[in-house]
Amino acid sequence: MAMEATNQPKLRWGELEDDAEDLDFLLPPKQIFGPDENGVKKVVEYKFNAEGNKVKITTTTRIRKLANARLSKGAVERRSWPKFGDAVHEDVGARLTMVSTEEIILERPRAPGSKQDESKAAGDSLAQIGKAGAVLMVCRTCGKKGDHWTSKCPFKDLAQPSDTFMDKPPSAEAPATGAGPQKGAYVPPSMRGGGAERGSGGGTEMRRRNEENSVRVTNLSEDTREADLLELFRPFGHVSRVYVAIDQKTGMSRGFGFVNFVNREDAERAINKLNGYGYDNLILRVEWAAPRTN
Amino acid sequence: MRPILMKGHERPLTFLKYNRDGDLLFSCAKDHTPTVWFADNGERLGTYRGHNGAVWCCDVSRDSSRLITGSADQSAKLWDVQTGTQLFTFNFDSPARSVDFSVGDKLAVITTDPFMGLPSAIHVKRISRDPSDQIGESVLTLKGPQGRINRAVWGPLNRTIISAGEDAVIRIWDVETGKILKESDKEVGHKKGITSLQKSVDGSHFITGSLDKSAKLWDIRTLTLIKNYTTERPVNAVTMSPLLNHVVLGGGQDASAVTTTDHRAGKFEAKFYDKILQQEIGGVKGHFGPINALAFNPDGKSFSSGGEDGYVRLHHFDHDYFNIKI
Repeated sequence: MAMEATNQPKLRWGELEDDAEDLDFLLPPKQIFGPDENGVKKVVEYKFNAEGNKVKITTTTRIRKLANARLSKGAVERRSWPKFGDAVHEDVGARLTMVSTEEIILERPRAPGSKQDESKAAGDSLAQIGKAGAVLMVCRTCGKKGDHWTSKCPFKDLAQPSDTFMDKPPSAEAPATGAGPQKGAYVPPSMRGGGAERGSGGGTEMRRRNEENSVRVTNLSEDTREADLLELFRPFGHVSRVYVAIDQKTGMSRGFGFVNFVNREDAERAINKLNGYGYDNLILRVEWAAPRTN
Repeated sequence: MRPILMKGHERPLTFLKYNRDGDLLFSCAKDHTPTVWFADNGERLGTYRGHNGAVWCCDVSRDSSRLITGSADQSAKLWDVQTGTQLFTFNFDSPARSVDFSVGDKLAVITTDPFMGLPSAIHVKRISRDPSDQIGESVLTLKGPQGRINRAVWGPLNRTIISAGEDAVIRIWDVETGKILKESDKEVGHKKGITSLQKSVDGSHFITGSLDKSAKLWDIRTLTLIKNYTTERPVNAVTMSPLLNHVVLGGGQDASAVTTTDHRAGKFEAKFYDKILQQEIGGVKGHFGPINALAFNPDGKSFSSGGEDGYVRLHHFDHDYFNIKI
C-alpha cells in the first residue's frame, strides 16, 4: 500500500549523490506506529521527490503470523530437541553456520523474455523525458535536456556548436576578414562566427544567423560564464548560441554577452522576464541586440 | 537470496536429505560423521558418530525417528534421529553406496560396491519397529550389473527396485522374484555412468543424472524416457522441485581438474531447468567446487546443495522465484 512511493521516478545515481545526500538530514525522521492488535503497522517516511518537493509516504501493512501454522506438530517438537553428538560442545566462536555475505541470485541464462524487457526499458526512458532524471541526454546545440542528442538536434544547422561553449572569445585577434572568405571556401574556425558577427565582410548567411533573435545581456557579473547564461535563458526556449564577451588581456568577463534563440517569441519572453532581473547581485539588462551597422 | 552456509564437514559432501516435514536436513560427507541441521536457519542439531569411512548415502524414516546411513567402512547403520545413538549395524564385505527406506519403513534397500573380487549387489533388509529385534539377514540379494550401483530406490508399492550405476543402464527389479523386469533402452539411455537418481514426490517418475552431461526423466513403471536435459558439465546430482515444474542439476568439472582451470570454467552452479520445456531457467552459483548433492525441501520453498568444497549451502528462494516465466 505504498502510495506515493511508486510515483517517484527512479533517480539516477549521479543525481542521488548531489541531492539526496545533502538534503536528507533535513527530513523528519521515519516514524513507525504499531503493529496494533490487528497487526496493522504504519510507517511514515519523508522523502524528496524528483522535483525537490518534500513528500510524506505512509505505508500501511498488516502483519500476520504464518510460520507456526505451517509447522507440523512433530517439527515443533523437534525444535526443542537437545543437541547431540559434536553439536553439544560446540564452541560459540565455531560459526559453523553463516549467512552468506553475498547476495546470490538465480541467474537467468538470457534476460528473461529479453525482448519484452528491452521495450519496457525503452518505454521507461521515454517516460523519463521531460522529467528530471534524463540528465544524461543533453543537447549541446540547443541545451535541451533529455530530448535528443546533439547530433539529432533539429536546430543544429542553425547553430554553431563550435562557439557555443568556447571559452575564448571568438577571434578577437583574428585578422579582419576583409578579404572575405567566399561562400563555400574553407573558413578557419577562428574566423567563423565571431568574425562574421562583426560583420566585417562576407559570410552573410552566418551573420544573419548570429543576429537572428539575438539578445544582448549587459551588466553581467564578472564570474558569469556562458554555461551560466545558458542555464538562465534555457527555460524560455531553445537557445542556439550563448556568448559572453571576455577581455583578451585580463581574461575576465567584460560584463556583457549575447544569447541567440531559435524562436523569436522565446527571445521576447526572455527579454520581458529577465530585463531588470537580479542576477549575482547585479541587475541585468536584457534587450534586443541591435543589428550592427558597420 | 542469501544462502546459509553450513561448514560442518571437513570433506566433500556426498548426500543431502530432508525429512518429510522439511524441518531437518541430513548431510553426509566423506568425513565420517553424518550431520543433522535445522532446515530453516541452518543450526546444527547433532552428529551421528560411529562410522569409520566416508558416508555415501542416508535416508530418514517418514516419522523422522530413524536414520539409515551407508558408508565406505563396509557397513550401513541405523540411528536414532533424536539422540544420535547407533541402533544397529549391517555389515557387508564391501562399501555400502546407497540406502533407501521403502514406503512404510519396513524394508530398506542397500547397495554395495564391487570390492576385492566381489561383484556389486543390492541387498534388501527388513527393518524392525523395535531395534532390539533387528536382524542383519538380507531378505533378498540381487546381483548382476557390472560396476558400481550408485543408487537404488523403491518403486511403486514396494514391488520393484530401480537401480542405476556405472554401467549407465537403469534396471527395474521385481522384489518378489528378484528378476529384472525392465532395462533402459541403450539408444535413448545414458551414455556414461549414472551418478544420481531421484524420485518425484508422487513416485510416478524419476530423474537420473549422468556423467554424459545430461539428466533424463523416466516413467517409473514403464521405464520410458520422458524428458532429456542437457548441460555442459557432468551431472553429479539431480533433484526435482516438489512445488513447481523445475528440475535442478548440480555438477561441474571433475574435482581433479579444478586447480588446472579458471574458476569460472568450472560451472559449479545448480542449474534450474523447466521440467516440461527442458529449457534452462537459471543458475545458482556459490560453490567453490563441483556440486555433489542436491535436495529440495518438501515444501519447495528452499533447496540445499552440497559441494566438493565441504559446504552445504541452504537457499531460501526469493519471492520472484515463484513467478518465473520462460
